[in-house]
Amino acid sequence: MARRSSPLPTYRGHFGNAQAERLLWRAGFGPRPGEADKLARMGLKRAVRQMMKPRGKSRLVGPAPVLEDNTPLTPYDQWGHDHLWWFDRMVRTTNPLQERMTLVWHDWFATSNDGVGSQRLMLQQNALFRRLATGSFLSLLLEVTHNPATLVWLSGNENTKDAPNENYGREVMELFTLGAGAHYTEHDVREQARALTGWTNGWGDQGYENFHFDPKLHDNGRKRIFKQSGRFDWRDTCRLCVHHRDHPNFFVKKLWSYFIPTPVSGRTLSGLKRLYVKSGFKSGPVIQAILMHPAMYQGPRMVKPPIVHSAGLLRMRGVGIATQSWTWISELTGQRLFFPPNVAGWDDDAWLDTGTFRARWLAARESWEPDILDPGDDPTLARYENAEAPDAAVAAALAFWGNPTIGKTTLNVLNEFAQRCDSEADRDWKKAPYRVMRQNALRSLIAACPDMQTC
Amino acid sequence: MSEQIHTRACREFTRAQVLREAAARAGNGLPLIEPGMPLPAGSGLSRRSFLLRGGAFMLTLYGALNYNPLRLSDAIAQAAAGPPDPVLVSVFLDGGADSLSVLAPVEDATYRRLRPTLALSPDIGTPFGDDTRLRWNPAADGLRILHEEGKLAVAPSIGYTPADQSHFTSRHYWEVGDTDPRLQTGWLGRYLDAVGAPDNPLQGLSVDYSLSPALAPSKVPVAALANPRSYRFGHRNVWGEVDEAMIDAIERMGQASQGSRDNGLRTAADASAQSMKLRRQLLPFATEEDNAPPGIASPVTYPKDEDFGEQLQFVAAMLAIGLPLRCVAIRAAGGYDTHDQQRESFDKDLKSAADCLLAFQRDLEARGLADRVLVHIWSEFGRRPEENGSNGCDHGAAGMAMVMGSRVRRQLLGEFTGVDVLDEDDNMRPSMDFRALHGAILDQWFNFDAARVIPKVRSYNLPAILN
Repeated sequence: MARRSSPLPTYRGHFGNAQAERLLWRAGFGPRPGEADKLARMGLKRAVRQMMKPRGKSRLVGPAPVLEDNTPLTPYDQWGHDHLWWFDRMVRTTNPLQERMTLVWHDWFATSNDGVGSQRLMLQQNALFRRLATGSFLSLLLEVTHNPATLVWLSGNENTKDAPNENYGREVMELFTLGAGAHYTEHDVREQARALTGWTNGWGDQGYENFHFDPKLHDNGRKRIFKQSGRFDWRDTCRLCVHHRDHPNFFVKKLWSYFIPTPVSGRTLSGLKRLYVKSGFKSGPVIQAILMHPAMYQGPRMVKPPIVHSAGLLRMRGVGIATQSWTWISELTGQRLFFPPNVAGWDDDAWLDTGTFRARWLAARESWEPDILDPGDDPTLARYENAEAPDAAVAAALAFWGNPTIGKTTLNVLNEFAQRCDSEADRDWKKAPYRVMRQNALRSLIAACPDMQTC
Repeated sequence: MSEQIHTRACREFTRAQVLREAAARAGNGLPLIEPGMPLPAGSGLSRRSFLLRGGAFMLTLYGALNYNPLRLSDAIAQAAAGPPDPVLVSVFLDGGADSLSVLAPVEDATYRRLRPTLALSPDIGTPFGDDTRLRWNPAADGLRILHEEGKLAVAPSIGYTPADQSHFTSRHYWEVGDTDPRLQTGWLGRYLDAVGAPDNPLQGLSVDYSLSPALAPSKVPVAALANPRSYRFGHRNVWGEVDEAMIDAIERMGQASQGSRDNGLRTAADASAQSMKLRRQLLPFATEEDNAPPGIASPVTYPKDEDFGEQLQFVAAMLAIGLPLRCVAIRAAGGYDTHDQQRESFDKDLKSAADCLLAFQRDLEARGLADRVLVHIWSEFGRRPEENGSNGCDHGAAGMAMVMGSRVRRQLLGEFTGVDVLDEDDNMRPSMDFRALHGAILDQWFNFDAARVIPKVRSYNLPAILN
């Protein structure tokens, strides 16, 4: 080509462990042991390519979940097992970006089992998000629109020509493709609802079944949407929304916000919009460009979504799920999978408050619960019999987590804490058990510190 | 968000709820300290003095709880040093409570016709002194007693026009104190923004797992807490002095990065420091029940096995030991979205709520706190006078609100508009706008210009609610 339109900026600074960790946390669920080193050695370009398209088939590695009662996961049936099933994939996948994008789409097209009432339908929708994780957004929207969980959640199965229901017609524009504001009118909402009529379902022993399009329930008349008219149906709804001239702007800004907490600059926004349209409305190329962007590595830190923080703590040590407690702990942290708070998804600006912070402390503790040292156990005490310098204790705790990058300010507090434990151990009998407890506390402090809550 | 609304009733997940949620989260990450707030650097919490303070705190608090709550921390000391603030407890009947089944026009022929299965029998219940057309549902006996003692005023037909029949929209209006779907701060949140402290999360307390949108501020910190007893940060196999040092380290890790220029890091640091501060404020609750310090145990008996009663009891206890609460939000016992089989749940729920509220008033009286507390009881709307085909009632318009407390003036707030003349959707018409009652609470209870919180509040007739 004679002239490429202004190329998107690419990060050219140092790409070391800190940058590789950020990439792994924001585009996935944090590094597995040694993974940050490996990515840092690759350099930015290859590292991003590796995230986008990991070698080999996606699979799960590491220990499979072992629950307290030793029963296998039954994600369709048992309460909480839906959550554990997906959480396990986050912990063990070799394709973290695919899993992270599955989470992004779950948030984007936020559907809650609170309204669907079927783990089976929720997991079917989840498979759809995973399959189209970095693919065509139009295909994704088309599939989501007649996905059974969506139909139930946003009243699509109750939207008939005689009794139109505007629920999905509104949300598809406001939350999924265009954003609130002047991009559409109330008239468009009503006409979209008409176009979307026709989906229905039957009932069986298992509840909902046989979701299908019934032409008799569809309003076959002419509709006028975005100043165009025709005998539109649900496919047209999707097509009209994605082809709306304000859609790329909404899409790029929303996608950007999942990876970078600062607003996208005007120049980058235009570049990304062009890239998106040129690719035929694919998310993959836009994601790749965002992951290469300077703002990804130069800007401020982001608060990790709680499920990312929790899954990452297990990934960092290459351990698996050892308790069903993750379901309620995640609930307390504010991110129970399959239960977003409403159709707008989770609020990424409001993850932390006094309630959810305590829950993250519980998560930090739970993530290594089976390995907590026992200060009453003789062999453990024997290992801590000799004096251990405070900074050595901190170093050991950092090594336990695979030496994540922790800022100086926090390290100082950890060192102060380690020193204070030494001075509190003012009797001989205290010395070894206090060293054991100090190590316990240090490990959880690292897992819950502000540096580890953010990336 | 109550389970009730999602499962038993309508799944009305509309954009209005999105806004409601947004309102709940206004203030950018509640209940964090707002960016730009100065570090507590000048507050003298260097490590050494902090430790001393920490130690002193434990000792004085447990030793002389009733006499000297001022040692809790500087912020609390400051808050407690002035005259005690008036406290509002907002009690929400979630789902749209059927006002016609609390105070029923039992003799009214229209009522009996509209409610063939749900009408209250004219043979039971006590007449309502303020309007003898109405009789108390016996399940509401706790409220009746308070009313007869002159400690409860009832607005029997309160709402707004045009009425919105969405749970979320209507609830949002009540919470933000206006019929504005875009408003993102709660009416109590805005009040706290004006009078609250920059470092006291307890001034606005949701006794719940998440923050009540009515409390959502834009500036000052507020807190959500389901159970003050469970707000602990212990760790298996970490105890004694190491445990104390670990707890301090969590707070120090937060404080150390609160001055960071990195917005993300600072957000996490704020949460860490703020949480540990709340933990200290709640320490008196963290002990086992037997050796709970004086002031925690209630002098009266609450209904058994009732979260709502336990939560009210916590509020009374927190006030008794001098914790600086100003606005408290709690959801009442029960779920009131009674689309079907109303009889089966409503009386039971109403009784639980009313009994707990009576116990709370008695508790406050026994502790000598009754003059400091006003309770505002409300629901997002009433229900349709005509029952539906499933022995329930659908969403209505005007409903009921009440104010309860020792200083409340006994009188009818507005009037009962009756079931003979309804609005165009066949729902009850309001005789008082909900903003008039909000405004009266701000003006008279808080002695604060309501117009600073509620737009156009002066266009309503504010009732005199206090003696």
